[in-house]
Amino acid sequence: MTGVDGRDAPLEPVLSARALVKRFGRVTAIDGSDFDLMPGEVLAVVGDNGAGKSSLIKALSGALVPDEGEIRVDGRPVRFHGPLDARRHGIETVYQDLALAPAQDVASNLFLGRERRRPGVLGRVFRLLDTRGMRAEAERVLGELGIGVRSMSQPVETLSGGQRQGVAVARAAAFGTRVVIMDEPTAALGVAESAKVLDLIGRIRDRGLPVVLISHNMPHVFEIADRIHVHRLGRRVALVSPAERTMNEVVGLITGALRVGADGELEEVRDAVRTGLTRTGGGTAE
Amino acid sequence: MGPAELLGVTTMSLTAPRRAALSEFVLRTPAVGPAVALVFAVVLFSLTTDTFLDVDNLSLVVQQSLVVGTLALGQTLVILTGGIDLANAAACVLATLLMAKLAVGGTASPVTLLAGVAVAVAVGLTTGGVVTAFRLPPFIVTLGVLTILTAASRIYAGGQSYPVTDGLLGWLGTRQYLFGQIEVTFGMGVALALYLVLWYSLTRTAWGRHVYAVGNDPEAARLSGIHVRRTLLSVYVVAGLVYGVAAWQALGRVPNADPNAFQTGNLDSITAVVLGGTSLFGGRGSVLGTLVGALIVAVLRSGLTQAGIDNLYQDVATGVLVIVAVAVDRLSRRRQR
Ligand SMILES: Nc1ncnc2c1ncn2[C@@H]1O[C@H](COP(=O)(O)OP(=O)(O)O)[C@@H](O)[C@H]1O
Ligand SMILES: [Mg+2]
Repeated sequence: MTGVDGRDAPLEPVLSARALVKRFGRVTAIDGSDFDLMPGEVLAVVGDNGAGKSSLIKALSGALVPDEGEIRVDGRPVRFHGPLDARRHGIETVYQDLALAPAQDVASNLFLGRERRRPGVLGRVFRLLDTRGMRAEAERVLGELGIGVRSMSQPVETLSGGQRQGVAVARAAAFGTRVVIMDEPTAALGVAESAKVLDLIGRIRDRGLPVVLISHNMPHVFEIADRIHVHRLGRRVALVSPAERTMNEVVGLITGALRVGADGELEEVRDAVRTGLTRTGGGTAE
Repeated sequence: MGPAELLGVTTMSLTAPRRAALSEFVLRTPAVGPAVALVFAVVLFSLTTDTFLDVDNLSLVVQQSLVVGTLALGQTLVILTGGIDLANAAACVLATLLMAKLAVGGTASPVTLLAGVAVAVAVGLTTGGVVTAFRLPPFIVTLGVLTILTAASRIYAGGQSYPVTDGLLGWLGTRQYLFGQIEVTFGMGVALALYLVLWYSLTRTAWGRHVYAVGNDPEAARLSGIHVRRTLLSVYVVAGLVYGVAAWQALGRVPNADPNAFQTGNLDSITAVVLGGTSLFGGRGSVLGTLVGALIVAVLRSGLTQAGIDNLYQDVATGVLVIVAVAVDRLSRRRQR
């Protein structure tokens, strides 16, 4: 089992960050956070609303550029200036608000920003899209992941919440070659649909891809995660194993009632409330 | 999402909302509604006036819609990205003046034509540059551009208008007769070709999908790896190019460059786009719809004229139609949520 501190891990992290900082005016969304994702693991990122989880993964996926700190891919420092940079490193992300084009159909969304052209002159000179090929591929990917959508030419806005989520997840799963990140993929879903997404995460891991899963759902997290990254007030306050900790302990870490002491053990924080309030700016609502 | 919908969702394969095939076709093919309206208007005027359905009159209707139809094509691109262009007619007027004045000064006509198109492209590049670099609303930027261009045209024209005698500049107005009786102009061919090229680019290339995606949700487009600014800039440049062609069309239609021409060109182009079913909120619509929209405007004006209704009342009718079209757009959006 991995220790509390990711830096003690025997393997090299696939994706890691040190001392990331991101400020939005007076709000410090990421406040010197570390991050480590090991090969092949499902890493859950948990924390209160406004803790800065989305900001952290946006920095890791190139969607926002951190003010300070360092990101490494397979140990090599990288600089992401946009989502495309992270994509080129095989990092795919399902953003909290999905980042789909609602008026466009399922296949277009799956290939949005990386459309395929027809071979030969038609593609090279006339830039003709391989619409049929992309539809067939979309159908295959969604089918493989067990996401049922009636037609690939259906506009995404006519899909149910679960189907939309499915399309976003499929997009990341289909194109991710190094890391798949999912920001609260089950937040808007019912029980059965959530189970499907969890199943999907398991299958992505089985393909050997590590997954970063942001979730508020403790039973889910304990069911699927190999490790849990606890985020609080803009930084990682603990990195724990679900096998060694209880849900209550993790909830304690999230709320600040517990913290990791110098010896690596959890200890109670007596003035937890004040600790939360002394942070300048501070994350409130989403 | 309503609670009923939430409860109804049980599996991922789901109960996709069951729509009638027809309404889905209409939703996905936004030009259908406008086309029905166009047919309705043509039938109405054919029945109520003697002269409307005349071949010569129909040809005239199309010729009259060419400049606005071409302006509306560029306007469609801008509106698809969620913007609006208030300065397209002004850019067109400046281009006609430049071409006419250069021609008067004896410049070779291909150079003259290129210069006119180039000035329209330069306006598009500037507008797009300002919109993307400073993230300013296109409404405000193009309002500024409109004011500047209008003044520039007046200054440049020096209180005069310039008749065009040059063959190439007036070439689009050249008449031909199909089957010996249907009057067509080269301008119709050029407009049609331009529509086809942009229809193709918007529906069959990645660039087109990016244009729609940027208009639909710019942040989602950015997160999907689309170069949002580059796409926007390209749209303004292409629109400028189209306005340059509109200027050429204008000289073919009326061989005289006048700084006070096309006063209603901008609003008419917006009207055509909106009547064509393109959403002012961006991301939805088609150039084919705009083609139909431009024809609706021309048919309405011509039909009302034949029916003996005054110009000002025609403006009122067009205005009412635009508001209805925008309301329909809004309501259909709400139903989709
Ligand atoms: N683009 C932004 N502009 C300003 N403030 C932001 C922005 N994104 C996030 N924040 C702020 O940063 C803090 C962390 O937000 P977020 O990363 O979304 O947290 P979480 O995902 O854990 O709920 C919040 O206070 C939020 O309001
Ligand atoms: Mg979040």
